[in-house]
Amino acid sequence: MDFNTVIQVLDSTIRLSTPLLLACLAGLFSERSGIVDIGLEGKMLIAAFFSAAVAFMTGSVWLGLLAGVVSSMALSAIHGLASITFRGNQIISGVALNFLASGLTVLIAQTWFSQGGRTPSLVGGARFSELTLPFADSLRPVPVLGPIYADLISGHSILVYVAFLLVPLTWWVMFRTRFGLRLRAVGEAPEAVDTAGVSVVGLRFASIAIAGVLCGLAGAYLATGLQAGFVREMTAGRGYIALAALIFAKWRPWYALGACLLFGFLQAVALRFQNIDLGAFVVPVQVMDALPYILTVVILAGFVGKAIPPRAGGEPYVKER
Amino acid sequence: MDKMPAWADAVLVPVISVLLAAAISALVILAIGENPVTAFQLMVDGALMKSSGWGYTLYYATNFTFTGLAVAVAFQAKMFNIGGEGQALIGGLGVALACLYVPWPHWSIALIGATASSAIFGAAWALIPGYLQAKRGSHIVITTIMFNFIASAVLNYVLVNVLKPQGSMEPASGRFPEETFLPTFQQMFSTSETVLFRGSPANVSFFVAVLACILVWLLIWRTRLGYEIRAFGNSETAAKYAGISPVKITVITMLISGGLAGMMALNTTMGEAERLVLNAAEGAGFLGIAVALMGRSHPVGVFLAALLFGFLYQGGAELAFWTSIPRELVTVIQALVILFTGALDNMIRMPLEKIFLSFRKGDV
Repeated sequence: MDFNTVIQVLDSTIRLSTPLLLACLAGLFSERSGIVDIGLEGKMLIAAFFSAAVAFMTGSVWLGLLAGVVSSMALSAIHGLASITFRGNQIISGVALNFLASGLTVLIAQTWFSQGGRTPSLVGGARFSELTLPFADSLRPVPVLGPIYADLISGHSILVYVAFLLVPLTWWVMFRTRFGLRLRAVGEAPEAVDTAGVSVVGLRFASIAIAGVLCGLAGAYLATGLQAGFVREMTAGRGYIALAALIFAKWRPWYALGACLLFGFLQAVALRFQNIDLGAFVVPVQVMDALPYILTVVILAGFVGKAIPPRAGGEPYVKER
Repeated sequence: MDKMPAWADAVLVPVISVLLAAAISALVILAIGENPVTAFQLMVDGALMKSSGWGYTLYYATNFTFTGLAVAVAFQAKMFNIGGEGQALIGGLGVALACLYVPWPHWSIALIGATASSAIFGAAWALIPGYLQAKRGSHIVITTIMFNFIASAVLNYVLVNVLKPQGSMEPASGRFPEETFLPTFQQMFSTSETVLFRGSPANVSFFVAVLACILVWLLIWRTRLGYEIRAFGNSETAAKYAGISPVKITVITMLISGGLAGMMALNTTMGEAERLVLNAAEGAGFLGIAVALMGRSHPVGVFLAALLFGFLYQGGAELAFWTSIPRELVTVIQALVILFTGALDNMIRMPLEKIFLSFRKGDV
């Protein structure tokens, strides 16, 4: 395996990690506030569709992004209505949202475009173009570092950089602001937050609204950055991988970056090599596909460091007892 | 205090939920420029007005009965088995291995053998999440989701590398031997003059599903184990106090649940495809959630809800055939049913409780 191949695999790792990372941070905000979010997948999917559809119709990828974020936040609002306002089962609500997105996207795509549940291919301004960082081309001839800068770090769409910058931002919001402290508290001991005179409902709605925005970015990146248009079920389980990454990271932002890069790397390797021949035996591609889930189960089982979720996660908050 | 009479809880709440879901679905149909009334008529015509339509409706209902029962049994112990899809896939593997490698003399014996094999494979796939929940406290929802993906990777591997006949490009097993073909409704009920259920996939495993409903009812409400499962579901601490082992109940419930989900593969793999394909579960594992929620985790309710969804699936296929409404409409309806009967349950229940309370005050 030569240096160029390594760069290519790592480059595709970054691209494939981005949607996972955005969705994972969305899940982090939601679950840290005590709202379990199985619906990451659905929110990404509906955002992917509406961003591609609006970007195609208006020719502007930014309007598409806006539509994606709004549609994802609409699903967040339903999730909030069900699991915060009416104290319903958060998991059931998430499952329902995933089906809703999976059905609605194809239904509307078929009605609007009649192309078998996909949007037409996006070209030009309807897609996020690749940014070239300063000096990328002039630095390329420098050995080792040149290609790393020019091909690996430079040359991604803006949402990739946004996603990676969101990691320190999330850390800062979560652990260095009053809002973050309250948000974490509401996921551990909502009754304490309530006693302190802070609205549990308000905080939880705020956190799932943030989750909606982040899933919107993730979906928009899928349909307008990574690929050129929406195809049915294009999220392909990424929401669940993000959920796995979140558990793998034990609900912490920097670890989430690591987990998403790892799972993105596994996807990139599976995409490029199919079966990997290690000499003594061959690792089939299906092992690569299943590895994120297997690793998550191992972590969940507590054999390699125990993953303890936020204490109040999944429980609706009832004020008077 | 009972705020509502039992009949309202068991019948009124689900019916209102379904009506709400139907109303929103009608709005969706209107929004995409079709007429909801003609759409509904088409669905009824295609699914219920001819025997071949019934053949499809009952075929789908068989799938949903098994997976609905699987979710319902777990619900009784307050566990959420979201892994029906994976357990059904692995159950399909069990069916395929039994059919391909055992020389059965007659389909009836093959059916018994394949049923046992599918149940064992499905139960085994549910065992690890159940054990991890009971012993290590890892949340069953997350582990069963993960196991769905692992199951599809396992099935993919086995089909491509082991079961695929030489020279074939498609990731599917070879055909099962003819002795294992299950009789379809067409063969069972057609007379020499009239052909009933023409070309439809409904087969004898429908009766296995009905039998499973009865057995689950007996188990949950007429046995000691069922009592322990329900006690555990109502209050874990009380159950523990009464000497019921949480580990035992969790694992056994998941085994039963996984076994039921695995048996679903009888219908699709042995009854219909007569070989193992990649998508052997056809999404029925997830639909089981909707069925169990709507059926209030009771076998009778599950059976009725499975019939309703069987009708929706077949009706949806007819719609896609005759109009421009795609099959995904059914997915939307399914989502709305889960939303209203599951997550937004309180939205319907709270006003109803108020109404019943005001009636009661009127009596006094």
